[in-house]
Amino acid sequence: MKKDIFKVANKRLKSRLIVGTGKYKSFKETAQAVKESGADMVTIAVRRVNILDKKKPILTDYLNPKKIIYLPNTAGCFTSEDALRTLRLAREMGGWKLVKLEVLGDKKTLYPNMVETLKSTKVLVKEGFKVMVYCTDDPLLAKKLEDYGASAIMPLASPIGSGLGIQSKVNISLIIKQSKVPVIIDAGIGTASDATIAMEMGCDGVLINSAIANAKKPIMMARAFKNAVIAGRDSYLSGRMKKNYFATPSSPIDGLI
Amino acid sequence: MAKIQLNGKKVTIKPKTTIYELLKRFKLNNKKVAIEHNKIIVPRASYKKKYLKNNDKLEVVHFIGGG
Repeated sequence: MKKDIFKVANKRLKSRLIVGTGKYKSFKETAQAVKESGADMVTIAVRRVNILDKKKPILTDYLNPKKIIYLPNTAGCFTSEDALRTLRLAREMGGWKLVKLEVLGDKKTLYPNMVETLKSTKVLVKEGFKVMVYCTDDPLLAKKLEDYGASAIMPLASPIGSGLGIQSKVNISLIIKQSKVPVIIDAGIGTASDATIAMEMGCDGVLINSAIANAKKPIMMARAFKNAVIAGRDSYLSGRMKKNYFATPSSPIDGLI
Repeated sequence: MAKIQLNGKKVTIKPKTTIYELLKRFKLNNKKVAIEHNKIIVPRASYKKKYLKNNDKLEVVHFIGGG
């Protein structure tokens, strides 16, 4: 069997599941969930150090950036300026060139502001960043991002943290068909089967945070997602059977008593 | 004495304090952080050379969990 390789910006990933590290009860739980998910890339945020509470544990004590790929994000940024500032700081921190850009446009829906997103992508690519971009599921804008040099197109399935699953399969399919860079569903996946559907449609990967962190048993859900993504990918590569309007028996008719 | 803003909080420092000394005071010198001094990123190699003055704004950031 030909090996199925997943590459983003020349980085080879073993898993097509990327996980977020927010919303967990503790860093311990985060680390356990990440381990169980089998993901080799995690998203992380950049925030102010709490200068008064020096004993507070830090993420890097639980998730070793030498063993797992850190993908710094710009969550919470509403302008291109803020997003650029955040990613430049992230690069200074550990030399990270592979980053996730998200520029939000609305507090209620956390819908991406595509005008600012496109602008930021252009600047970041020019500065040598490899940019994975959170975006709307508009095929034209996705194409534009690719033209601007995005390393991965990351359309939302539905609003961040909503758990509503893929709302516009047609648009996602159009994006998959036209893109030469990986298409990774980011945001909105609610449960393991949503991830399988995304992978069966031909997505290159999925990024999950809330669906795992907000599950009653996050660590078990992390495993469910690992298996769901593998199942979806295998199913996509296998090529599904044709749909028929009438039944065809599974057992042979010959030799019937 | 000089007053600076450290992560949005007012902090009083001795004159001729470097960024490195300030990090040491807050026990941040061993941690993985990145620093912005008056909106300009300071490379790690310059922490010992960069002196802070009155009304400076310093942002010290690190990685936390996020989606």
